[in-house]
Amino acid sequence: MSDIVLRDDIPEVLQPDQEGAGRSVRTVEIDSHSLNFGPQHPSAHGVLRLVLEMDGEVVARAVPHIGLLHRGTEKLIEYKTYMKALPYFDRLDYVSPMCEEQAFALATEKLLGIDIPERAKWIRVMFAEITRVLNHLLNITSFGLDAGALTPALWGYEEREKLLEFYEAASGARFHANYFRPGGVARDLPAGLEDRIAAWAEDFPRFIDDLEAMLTGNRIWKQRTVGIGVFTSEQALAWGFSGPCLRASGVPWDLRRSQPYDNYHKVEFNVPVARNGDCYDRYLVRVAEMRESVRIIQQSLRAIEPGPVKIQDNKISPPSRREMKRSMEALIHHFKLFTEGYHVPPGATYTAVESPKGEFGVYLVADGSNRPYRCKIRPTGFAHLQAMDELSRRHMLADAVAIIGSLDLVFGEIDR
Amino acid sequence: MAGLDRIARTFLLTELLGGLATTLRYMFKPKATLNYPYEKGALSPRFRGEHALRRYPNGEERCIACKLCEAVCPAEAITIEAEPREDGSRRTTRYDIDMTKCIYCGLCEEACPVDAIVEGPNYEFATETREELMYNKDKLLANGDRWEAVLARRIELDAPYR
Repeated sequence: MSDIVLRDDIPEVLQPDQEGAGRSVRTVEIDSHSLNFGPQHPSAHGVLRLVLEMDGEVVARAVPHIGLLHRGTEKLIEYKTYMKALPYFDRLDYVSPMCEEQAFALATEKLLGIDIPERAKWIRVMFAEITRVLNHLLNITSFGLDAGALTPALWGYEEREKLLEFYEAASGARFHANYFRPGGVARDLPAGLEDRIAAWAEDFPRFIDDLEAMLTGNRIWKQRTVGIGVFTSEQALAWGFSGPCLRASGVPWDLRRSQPYDNYHKVEFNVPVARNGDCYDRYLVRVAEMRESVRIIQQSLRAIEPGPVKIQDNKISPPSRREMKRSMEALIHHFKLFTEGYHVPPGATYTAVESPKGEFGVYLVADGSNRPYRCKIRPTGFAHLQAMDELSRRHMLADAVAIIGSLDLVFGEIDR
Repeated sequence: MAGLDRIARTFLLTELLGGLATTLRYMFKPKATLNYPYEKGALSPRFRGEHALRRYPNGEERCIACKLCEAVCPAEAITIEAEPREDGSRRTTRYDIDMTKCIYCGLCEEACPVDAIVEGPNYEFATETREELMYNKDKLLANGDRWEAVLARRIELDAPYR
């Protein structure tokens, strides 16, 4: 609660008299005022409404108010077939769409008990890492923007544009891809895209060097971030942190390493871990992760081989168009799939992926029908946002902005 | 020695000057920006933009009112009504897409067995009023006629992957 200060310099006439002391009357002066931060504030990263109880310029208490972007995704999914539910996942964490799709696709595949072709797995790994770079680029640069560094944001957008072109070439959309499907991916990569990605992966580390030249050693950046919002590993674990925020606090936990999905057990990469758990370390971990992502992309490009990109079972993935136009059976499958969808055997699963922000999980309950009985989404940012009070306590107002930036909050997934 | 090095770095502003040198280098790089709307970025054949209803080369509309797109639409943006036409063939009497509901997921295009409903390359269809975004069959067919050459080319390019 707010800091209640019992003042002892209050004149005697205002003091409660001795007779009244038994009735527990006290004179207090509450030396705080509240400040409404957001939901339209540009550094609130979306629609965060943060009510700050201020003690001068020091944050005494931070209360996040959420729900302004609530769209009832979980409930909507209960009324959609599995195929129709997938586009909703793009719209949860709209900065890293394909990783969210991956969680749902993996959960459905687990319930169906199917294994997807090797090429599809490599495409998923590659695009999940492209997504990670996309996410970290936006986060680092907008975090810089919050602290006053304008240039990295402009450069970051140029680099993101290149990655969004890969998204567009593969899926047809720059953000809401609808590309990873249960049973594989929607379509094969177009000819030439692999070479374009390889050329980009060759150049990108130089861009990271330039980005680091702007921020990592910069004294203004360090003054704004070092020692701000410090979380020990115990605290981070207790508050349910995951992803770069947890690793910045010194816990080497990465789902890609500890419970690999798709083809992550076949690639070599390091899990960057920092020690201090402050905003600066969260930034450093993300930069290091981008370098690792480039390594994974390069390894995927080397390992990728021609082959089918979706499971060859027409009860789950639609037949090719050529086949559909020729064969009656394929046409029936096509019609059945796009109207009724496929039935998933009864069961429940919690499947989590290491999304760029941390652990993104889907708890899916199937009742044997063509729609999920329940779909609970474990958003990453929710756990990070709830620690906002603890992280920003007794920090300056401007530091609260830096902390929000370092937590990488996206309200699509927090409000769901 | 390390302390001396650090003091020297602090007073010589090395990291700030290094950063400024980097920005200066970027200033002389070729520009990446486009002079929109006079210049536009390239689009892949898979780009999912404004919808269009296509016709066969003889002018007959492709849509056979199978309602697969209506069934698969996650946003339930498509409304179709159908009746047999005078010549006995089954055609739509109403084909509406609420473009304000549409989420451009591309499932209608994937579901269509006759390549009638497609998402075209046009992304410049902003309107002043909401009503203008309630597309009916005439509007969609007009879109198809306008973009047919591009649409046919896109489908041809992407055919090996579908």
